[in-house]
Amino acid sequence: MITSAFDYTRAESVEDAVQLLVESGGEAKLLAGGHSLLPLMKIRLTTLDKLIDIGQINELKGVRKEGDRLVVGALTTHKEISRDPVVKRELPLLAEAASQIGDIQVRNRGTIGGNLAHADPASDLPAVAMAFDAQFEMQGPNGKESLGVDEFFFGPLITALPENTVLTSISFSIPPEGVKSTYLKYPHPASGYAVIGVAAGVGTASDGSVNYARIGITGVGDVAFRAEGTEQMLIGQRPTAELIDEAAGKASEGQEMGSDLFASDHYRQNLCKVYTSRALKKLLSDK
Amino acid sequence: MANVFGTPLKRREDPRLITGNGNYTDDIQLPGMLYAAVLRSPHAHARIKRIDVSAAREAEGVSAVYTGQDLAGKMEPIPTAWLPPDSDMKTPAHPALAVDTVRYVGDGVALVVADDRYTARDALDLIEVEYKELPVTVSQEEAMKDGAAQLHEDVPNNLAFHWKAGEVPDEVFDQAEVSVRQRFNQQRLIPNPMEMRAAVARYNPGSQEMTIWCTSQNPHIHRFILSGVLGIPESKLQIVAPDVGGGFGSKIPVYPDEALVGFAARDLKRPVKWTEERSEHFTTTSHGRDVVLDVELAGKRDGTFTGLRIKNIANLGAYLSTAAPGVETILFGLITPGPYKIPLAQVETYGVMTNTTPTDAYRGAGRPEATYQIERMVDLFAKEIGMDPVEIRRKNLIAENEFPYDNALGLQYDSGNYHGALDKALEMLDYEDFRKEQEEARKQGKFLGIGFSTYVEICGLGPSKVAGQVGFQGGLWDSATVRVHPTGKVSVFTGTSPHGQGEETTFAQIVAQKFGIPQEDIEVIHGDTNRISMGWGTYGSRTTPVGGTAIGIAADRVIDKAKKIAAHVLEVSGEDLEFEDGAFQVKGVPEKSISFADVTLQAYLAWDLPEGVEPSLEAQSFYDPENFVYPFGAHICVAEVDGETGEVKIKRYAAVDDPGPVINPMVAEGQVHGGIVQGVGQALYEGAVYDKQGQLLSGTFMDYTMPKARFFPKFETAFTETPSPVNPLGVKGIGETGTIAATPAVANAVVDALQPFGVKEIDMPFTPEKIWKIMQNGRGEE
Repeated sequence: MITSAFDYTRAESVEDAVQLLVESGGEAKLLAGGHSLLPLMKIRLTTLDKLIDIGQINELKGVRKEGDRLVVGALTTHKEISRDPVVKRELPLLAEAASQIGDIQVRNRGTIGGNLAHADPASDLPAVAMAFDAQFEMQGPNGKESLGVDEFFFGPLITALPENTVLTSISFSIPPEGVKSTYLKYPHPASGYAVIGVAAGVGTASDGSVNYARIGITGVGDVAFRAEGTEQMLIGQRPTAELIDEAAGKASEGQEMGSDLFASDHYRQNLCKVYTSRALKKLLSDK
Repeated sequence: MANVFGTPLKRREDPRLITGNGNYTDDIQLPGMLYAAVLRSPHAHARIKRIDVSAAREAEGVSAVYTGQDLAGKMEPIPTAWLPPDSDMKTPAHPALAVDTVRYVGDGVALVVADDRYTARDALDLIEVEYKELPVTVSQEEAMKDGAAQLHEDVPNNLAFHWKAGEVPDEVFDQAEVSVRQRFNQQRLIPNPMEMRAAVARYNPGSQEMTIWCTSQNPHIHRFILSGVLGIPESKLQIVAPDVGGGFGSKIPVYPDEALVGFAARDLKRPVKWTEERSEHFTTTSHGRDVVLDVELAGKRDGTFTGLRIKNIANLGAYLSTAAPGVETILFGLITPGPYKIPLAQVETYGVMTNTTPTDAYRGAGRPEATYQIERMVDLFAKEIGMDPVEIRRKNLIAENEFPYDNALGLQYDSGNYHGALDKALEMLDYEDFRKEQEEARKQGKFLGIGFSTYVEICGLGPSKVAGQVGFQGGLWDSATVRVHPTGKVSVFTGTSPHGQGEETTFAQIVAQKFGIPQEDIEVIHGDTNRISMGWGTYGSRTTPVGGTAIGIAADRVIDKAKKIAAHVLEVSGEDLEFEDGAFQVKGVPEKSISFADVTLQAYLAWDLPEGVEPSLEAQSFYDPENFVYPFGAHICVAEVDGETGEVKIKRYAAVDDPGPVINPMVAEGQVHGGIVQGVGQALYEGAVYDKQGQLLSGTFMDYTMPKARFFPKFETAFTETPSPVNPLGVKGIGETGTIAATPAVANAVVDALQPFGVKEIDMPFTPEKIWKIMQNGRGEE
């Protein structure tokens, strides 16, 4: 549980961090909260020559509303997000999910940018990112760039984040007024990571029919995904228990399920249905 | 003065431990200290073809690098200390570092000693080892077969021993009205105390004395064994177990690592420290359980039992750990009939070596395995004849007036009120109400179950004569010195070695009660072979029944001597004195008395002592119990299975335990809580998983599930107190009851919950997917 030797540099600004990345010639990694990267280094799953600590760049912290988007600075910690009044008002699901990440120490140190850039397939936040059209703002040697969530996640621990680039903020679409949301998670009993995590937001019209449905699912495959089959089946319908179950059955449609010591692909498929159904019933029953 | 015995005093250990003022082995810093790291085998079985340590030796900051070849002839192998008799026992050598063959992932290959732990760790990467991989055997049943990979030349078919006790003729089963058979797989567990292992060694070349601080549950056993391994006379070897952060049995064994730091410290003439990493702990500290049991229980249609027969195939791992051969034989076998009247019993154990981490005692050590099988068998038998699980227990439990009770395998249960414990547990949890609730819940697709575990365990290890008969290579008595200082303060020295259980508090309570002085005036000293003459340590719930009794006896001896002095001062006969509230009082003459403190001062001043009485006030006891003690109880678990996911939740948990008179209810309850958590851990969460190549797949906390507080409801606990006639305090031990009772209580509850699916037995741990599949299959058959 001791890392191999590495160089450590603290970046003073985003520009500084980009400059340091360029200078390292691809040998360096950015260090934010350190709660994903450092454990990997300690058990020597990864060996790095250089870490650039961006943890002190204050411009990357904080939350604000911009039009119909909620913008969260990449270095905002899970704890800050879970308690932020703007987040709780505009996208309470994000606060709910952030409050379920890891343990107190992890939430105090871990950051939203670090979490999403790490792209752990069992991480909680990718489900939220999927459900609410996350947009990733970045800064690299050639200036600023932006990527949508559909382009961002490639695979387990792999993203489209270009080389020598700093993720600066993530924005989410704010759902229309009246939309209810929840993050329902089955934490792995050992690690606390999501065996499945369902981020769901649902709105209904005055006649009771569903007019808004967003469902993001994490933990079950290589990357988080949106349960579009389920969403489509609900839209325009009055949600009965039967309809919800049927729609939830489509949650894993077209997705390849992962398999590990704790849960097989077959079982994860069942969890997709059960947890999507439970999340939807929770939202659509308590009026 | 109010009773101290029986009072829930807060643990005096806690303030220092929870404020970071503990003194653990890794906290020890010595001038000029070097740090060691061990290169460990990445293969489960391989020949070492070539090993090149030259680059590591030349690295800056590295003092020395040793290989198995370097140590050969300079150090004795690490021995096992339990040789079950009449078992054709083989004792293959366990060198501290592998000489030419590695036999499990984690086996030590080389030792690096350097200026700091980081340099030592990095230097491991500079060692080049060329391995030739050999065939691997992981499962004990496979390892016994002809043609399986052989670990040791002198252990044919990897069978280290075959032990047997009792005899049940075939007719008992052939002619039985009812005979139930079942196989139980008790998975391998990884102890994971909060503090991992560590050792610091210091050698004085002038006096040739060595001190080793290490994470030990039994420093005198460490001294006994390491003295032989290192070739240092016991008179020049001091072992200190400072604060030890839990052990659960995994700090009983003497490991290669303690010996290696001792060797290096002597060789380099500098102190050397080694501290285990958590990932190292997963592969190199002893594991627990890992047995396959085939059990047959015969009986009658009316629910009485007539015979029990068990075959245990135990996985011992790659080498024989210190106490390992005794765990699945003596500690498991003799108690297998449990608290029930079973006239005939037969147990045999095959001890098998495999390319896995060595196993040894883990909290309960053999008795959880024994209790699991009998509690499951009783439920299966009840199911077979259509009897209620409570009724069948009531029918077969040994009655209060039948003690002492000789079980079919030669143990004599000391005392008990098994029915009383069950009754009390049923008062805490309304059984009839539950059955109604269960029926209602099933109608709504919810699956509730109830599980009972009425257990008896063998504790207070133990009579030394029996230790000898069963092949334990040591005594099991213990020592106490009670020293009253001239000011009346008291030091109590115990040969047991508490490491989290709270005896610094409870032992002070024993002495405070005896002397009638404030418990704050009493210090309890343990864990240092230079301060304590001898002792056998803390395990097997022996600390209070054996060590505590020794303290009680020594305290009585102090009082006897003090009484002689008091009688002399008061000019009366000793028979005219009574000792109460910390003073000697002439019976019927209230104004004639002398306080214990005044007597103490007189004992030290020695100006006027009675004829034949020597100065000072201290006494020693070397107490060897005449029998084991047998705590018992009744645990009830109510579990709910999620019909859609298979997840099991404990809804309620009621535990009644009888450890004899309770010295400190808060400490005792804490032991019960922790034990239940570990017992439930085995039932629902924990399990070491190896692949066919012998790689530990569950090698981090990401995959190996330690139970967490959020998994549990509030436990409902109570005690009954049936004194043991074995020792004068009447105490029985409470350290292991939870792990012994809880696992089958949960298993019985889950199997009960799944009755609609026709389930008989489920392999632990009951992970959600396993349960879900059972429900899927059950539904398919509907």
